[in-house]
This record gives sequence, C-alpha cells and structure tokens, in this order.
Amino acid sequence: MALKHKTPMLDELEKGPWPSFVTDIKRVAERKPMAEDLLGLLEMSYEHKEGHWKHGGIVGVFGYGGGVIGRYCDRPDLFPNVAHFHTMRVNQPASKFYTTEVLRKLCDIWEEKGSGLTNMHGSTGDIILLGTTTDQLEPIFYELTHDLGMDLGGSGSNMRTPSCCVGKARCEWSCIDTQDITYDITMRYQDELHRPMFPYKFKFKTSGCPNDCVAAIARADCSIIGTWRDKIRIDQEAVRAYVGGELVPNGGAHGTEKRALDIQKEVIDLCPTKCMEWDGKNLKIWDEDCTRCMHCINVMPRALRPGLDTGATILVGAKAPILEGAQLGSVVIPFIKMEPPYEEFHEFVEKMWDWWMEEGKNRERLGETIQRLGMKAFLEATELQPDPRMVNTPRYNPYIFYDPAEVPGGWSHDPKAYRERHHA
Amino acid sequence: MPQIEYKGKVFDVDEDGFIDSFDKWCPEWVEYVKESEGIQELTEEHWKVIHVLQDYYRKHGIAPMVRILTKVTGYKLKYIYELFPSGPGKGACKMAGLPKPTGCV
Repeated sequence: MALKHKTPMLDELEKGPWPSFVTDIKRVAERKPMAEDLLGLLEMSYEHKEGHWKHGGIVGVFGYGGGVIGRYCDRPDLFPNVAHFHTMRVNQPASKFYTTEVLRKLCDIWEEKGSGLTNMHGSTGDIILLGTTTDQLEPIFYELTHDLGMDLGGSGSNMRTPSCCVGKARCEWSCIDTQDITYDITMRYQDELHRPMFPYKFKFKTSGCPNDCVAAIARADCSIIGTWRDKIRIDQEAVRAYVGGELVPNGGAHGTEKRALDIQKEVIDLCPTKCMEWDGKNLKIWDEDCTRCMHCINVMPRALRPGLDTGATILVGAKAPILEGAQLGSVVIPFIKMEPPYEEFHEFVEKMWDWWMEEGKNRERLGETIQRLGMKAFLEATELQPDPRMVNTPRYNPYIFYDPAEVPGGWSHDPKAYRERHHA
Repeated sequence: MPQIEYKGKVFDVDEDGFIDSFDKWCPEWVEYVKESEGIQELTEEHWKVIHVLQDYYRKHGIAPMVRILTKVTGYKLKYIYELFPSGPGKGACKMAGLPKPTGCV
C-alpha cells in the first residue's frame, strides 16, 4: 500500500541487516492513519534537523498526576492525525512476568483507542503505549484498571515504576526476593507513584545479586543490590571438573563447547582484589578481601555460589547527566537483611525523602542534592553511621566524618590557614 | 489558539485548556473550567488553594512547588487531588489562571 507521505530518509533506516523501527511503523501505518502521519512528521524532522513535537503538554487522568505524557505536534495542519500523540506508561509486573492473555488484551485496547504502537519496554521498565488522543485517556485508564488489573506507571516528579531483575523466580544467584521488594515498594508508595511531590523523578531498582542485571547502580536514585556476608560456597569437585574440561565454562554464555578452563588466567588473575589461590587441586578464597564482583561465580557457576547469609547493599544517587554529569550510586548501607516487612528499609526511605524534599531544588535528583550539600549532611539526615565500606578504596582515600560539636574538649579548624601552610 | 466564550467573556486557551495570560483571569473562568475538571461544587477549600497559587504567582512569577503548596494550605497532597481530581498542576493551576507548568517527563 502506498503511504500518504514520502519518506526517503526514513527508508534509508530500513537498509542493512538490523530490525528497523521504520519498518515496524510502516506495517502499522497500513491500517492506522496515526502511524502514517507519524512517519510523515518524522521525515519532516529529519529534513529540518529539528523536532516537531512541542515541549511538554499536560494531560492526565483524574486522581493521578503522572503516567501520561502529553505530546502535541507543531504542524497539526500537515499531520492532523498526530495533532495529539500522548504516551501512556503502564506499570509492568515485577520482573515482567505476564500472561499472553494480558498482552493480547493490552494490544487490543491500544489498537482500538491508540495508535497501535507500543514500546516493550521503556528504560524505566514500563510498558510504553505510544500515541493517543486526550479524549481516549480516561476510557483506556478505565479498561486497564478494571479489565486487566493493571495500573499506570510513574512519570514527571513521581516515584517512577520500581523495576527489578528476574530474581529468585529463575536465577539461583538471587540473594533477595526482588519481586517481593518491588511489589512492596509499589504498594506502600502508591501516593508517591501517582501524585508528584518530589523535586524531580525518583527511581528504585532492585537486583538480586551484584551482577546487577537491571543496572541499578547506574540508573536508580536508590539501588537495592543483593549480596551476602558469609563465604562464597565452593564445590571443589566441580572446580576440578572445570579445570579438567568436563564442564562448559561461563554456563555456556561464551560458547557451548566443553574445554579445559585455564583457571589461573581466566579466574585467579582476573580477580580484582587477588583474593583467590589455586594449588592445582583446591581453590582457596580469602572472602574478607572479596568485593563481590561475581566474576569467579559467573565463570564457574557449578562450582561457586553466593553465600547463605544474604541481604542487600543499598546505594543512592545514581543518575544520567542532567544538571550535573552521570553518577554511579554510592553505598550508604553496606548490608541490610531486606526481609518482609522491610520496616528498617521503609524508615530509611522516608527519612531520605523528607530530607530531599526539604533541601532539594526543583529538578534536582537526589544524587545532585547530595553532591551539593555533601554526603555528611545526607548521612546525618538519614541517621546512618559512616562506614569505611562506603568508601571506594579506604586506605588510599580516607575521609573522616566528624562533627566539631561532638569532639570532647571542642575542636576548631581554619581550612584557609591550613591550606596556606600545606599547599594542595 | 482556540477561543472560548462564557457568560459574555472571551478566553484564548492552549491545547491543554490553559488561558493565555494571567491578566485575563476572572471568577467566570473558574466557573467555566470546574466541570471539565470533574468538580461539582466549588467550596472555600477550592478557593483557598486557588488564592494561595495566585498570591505566590504574583510574588514570584512562577507556580509554587507542590511541597510549598501543601505546606501553605495545610492540605495533604492526596486531599488536593480530592479537591482537584486532575491535580494541582493541571487542575488547580489551570483554574487559577497560571501558565501551564512545564516539566520534563
């Protein structure tokens, strides 16, 4: 079928061996005028080297301040079918487990009331339904909540839809029940999820082990990452089987052929803290020096497993570049058990939010507020004790928290005068 | 820009239904908007929120952050959503005649 608008530049994107979103949209455009105009608008943006979506737009459903992202195009005269092209975010189930029945119904709703275009999944994890008109928002919301038992996700200055890795459902390394934690956060913080009250967005992400499959450490304002505080479990028989070539290293991830594992080169020498030793018969690990990098466990999954005294490490402040550059999360709680009813965790979260809402500037992520006011202020507000495990390499880069008021006999310090005597 | 006529007044509005200028605000506007915002009867509490928003806007030239609105009115955010079902930004600011809150999503 010939499409309404010519799209020579978009057509280029269909060439090559990769799947193309242009092909996807064209397929939908055969039956949906909205997708047809979307292609035309995008081609024009490429031509003008300028986006043709207006910034912002404020639409939503009653009772919620988030979940719908308003989009209007600036040339409704040329592309009337995308005059409105609002996005709806749907809260995905924990670990993205759903039945095909739900997915079919979801697509049916969107085929009828939206553009038919979906994005499984957005980077927050939500199901993204692309393109609908203002008058369809309430009917879609009604069907989602009443017929499918699904809810809208977070957008704007909300708590965003919490997300997690597959966790204990399918992964033997998971040290915590990531799905239960995600469900608990979702249900406990419904107000924060639906009614924006923060200076800016706030993301929770939960990974079951330090492999961190949801990249919580890089993306979440509060990352919950599974860990253990006892020893890595070793099956010496299986270690020898890897070395003897009876097992496939890396669980087959780098080739499914059986081969002898060069344990010295592929495991021992790659340990970042050099806390392992292989004497030809037995593997020895000095667990006190282990930083939970997971490399040895990933290479020899049949031989090594995380310990049994499991819990989580809590980090805060990760974000992509916004006001300041990208940041990884900083450890603030080295170990917490993370078991229901998660009271200790809730207390921490609420203290953290109170501080951020009080001190944070408009559109400032938690990590940026911490950067501006200092980790010391954050730890005081959340009543956490500073701990050497919060520091990257404590012996090289020590920093000591003290409150001059708490030093017996008092203590004062003039940093300027000090710097004159000791040049930095 | 679409125009709306109501009780002898004419309002220019954008695609989200916000009036183009705070100076054009008048009580008739509130009367006109309330229905599309899902509000049956305007109470003193609605007016308190509207007046707080307008006072802040006159003083600072922007809408207050949600936290300031809840502090000054003493209403919890959830209650503000009960008063204005589409929320403080989309509902209350629109009724108060403030410019559309911009925001990244």
